[in-house]
Amino acid sequence: MRKELIALLGVALLAGCATQSGPEQGGAGVEDRTPKAVGGAEVKPVTAGDAGGTALEAVKKGVLAQRSVYFDYDSFVIKDEFKPQVEAHGKFLVANPKVKMLIQGNADERGSREYNLALGQKRAEALKKMLMLLGAREDQVEAVSLGEEKPKNPGHDEAAWAENRRDDMLYSGEF
Amino acid sequence: MTMHAAFRVTLAILLFALSFAARAQLTIEITGAGANRIPVAIADFAGEPAIAKAIGSVVRGDLERSGLFRLVEAGAPLAETAAVNFGDWKARGADALVAGSVAATGGGRYEVRFRLHDVQKQVALGGMAYVMAPQQARTTGHRIADFVYEKLTGEPGIFSTRIAYVVKSAGRYELQVADADGMNAQTALASREPIISPSWSPDGARLAYVSFESKKPVVYVHSLTTGQRHVVANFKGSNSAPAWSPDGRKLAVVLTKDGGSQLYSVNADGSGVVRLASSSGIDTEPFFSPDGQFIHFTSDRGGSPQVYRISASGGDAQRVTFEGTYNVTPRLSPDGKSMAYVSRNGGRFQLTLMDLATRQNQILTDSDKDESPSFAPNGRMILYASEIGGRGVLAAVSSDGRVKQKLSVQAGDVREPAWGPFLKN
Repeated sequence: MRKELIALLGVALLAGCATQSGPEQGGAGVEDRTPKAVGGAEVKPVTAGDAGGTALEAVKKGVLAQRSVYFDYDSFVIKDEFKPQVEAHGKFLVANPKVKMLIQGNADERGSREYNLALGQKRAEALKKMLMLLGAREDQVEAVSLGEEKPKNPGHDEAAWAENRRDDMLYSGEF
Repeated sequence: MTMHAAFRVTLAILLFALSFAARAQLTIEITGAGANRIPVAIADFAGEPAIAKAIGSVVRGDLERSGLFRLVEAGAPLAETAAVNFGDWKARGADALVAGSVAATGGGRYEVRFRLHDVQKQVALGGMAYVMAPQQARTTGHRIADFVYEKLTGEPGIFSTRIAYVVKSAGRYELQVADADGMNAQTALASREPIISPSWSPDGARLAYVSFESKKPVVYVHSLTTGQRHVVANFKGSNSAPAWSPDGRKLAVVLTKDGGSQLYSVNADGSGVVRLASSSGIDTEPFFSPDGQFIHFTSDRGGSPQVYRISASGGDAQRVTFEGTYNVTPRLSPDGKSMAYVSRNGGRFQLTLMDLATRQNQILTDSDKDESPSFAPNGRMILYASEIGGRGVLAAVSSDGRVKQKLSVQAGDVREPAWGPFLKN
């Protein structure tokens, strides 16, 4: 418990500066702990301050390390199986008001890129809405969409598409 | 992102763009041709052989790829001033003949002259003269092809126009601009993050697009002449689907700043954001009618994605597509009479053309992953993205469905095509 508190404190402290110089990390696959593709165009990863290690630990442990929510085809409903996970993130945001979150919604590859971008947005906003009902502040959470552009699974079958209909939650310092 | 980080990203993008310029060459092959191709002979031009040859091959390539012409063997070089033996050309099966010459005028410049003859009527249909540097041979060839095309078909040629598209290879995205024949490809922007939805300004000098380089979709306008760009829309949430107004002063964009994907209008410099429509669902993919009066767009307000239109100043929406449960990406023809869009038919996404007066639909392709249609500025061809063997390719089809072309790059996926406007000389 004490450890966790220290970790939370670390995140809170980091929050201010993390948005200034967060490590560039691939948007897709936040569960992948080794960021491979560096964001932007040939930009070297920016290293966060010393507090970074401590802070990132808190949201990489237990239920908070679960950052993805998956959706059914043409659906924007957060399924029951993901609710405990979302509630944990909601509580974390309430307890750490300086921490910010970026939700990246995603869609499978079928159909128009721009329409899929809008579908991903709808998924991201559904999750944001739930986090706000749990007490997170409007200015704490930004919902954006990557559409079909950053598939977690590059395949072209139902199994791949199911993995790509997804929201990812990124915390301050991760985007 | 701080100013510092933003600067770093910008600098990296610039360096990146320079180092990979013109890396991927777009090749075009014809996969279908018109029913009645006009037989035309393009004689080698007399004079400077190297330049004459370069020009001749551009003119022949352009006319042949259009699918509307059949090339007739022309034999020895023929100057525009030489007497034409019409009976002889008629016997070879040519309905039209182009003859010309290239002469050095000093200072490294050359004068290119040509004349187009109607073999059947035995009259000259006209000709032109250009003074050019040797490296302008391709440009000159395209202009001659445009002249021939217009005289023989009655509609303007598109051989001097340019196309934009995105090439994805090994985690790298390049927004490229090439001549309409796929040559002379140049990279306007390279990034590790996706680039989508390029849209040409009506003057052909700028491209609007969506870049994900800051972990979310942001709309930029990029000057092709200076390489400079600026953010047009970077609001909280997603910013996407830019479409220029015909006067080039405004863009319709999709923003989510007020919740949901909704249509807005914004000035080209990013000022003056005005909401155009309100729906409880998704509104996206706006496209101005050529007269600037209407905006067609995709909306799921009725339960499934369909095409609607509103007045460009806002107001009530009218539904345009009714068949099927997935009709997206409306793009009006330059004359405003027809609309290309993508319809889903039994799980296949196919390029479809609607006659707006009769509401008749024609599926133009037999592929199944068509996306992002874009009309040539003369309305004759529609460029679109598709997939062959799991690889992204561009394809073009004539609006009557007869002429078909495939455009692909050696290594990589090519997608998100946009055909540029006529250039004012």
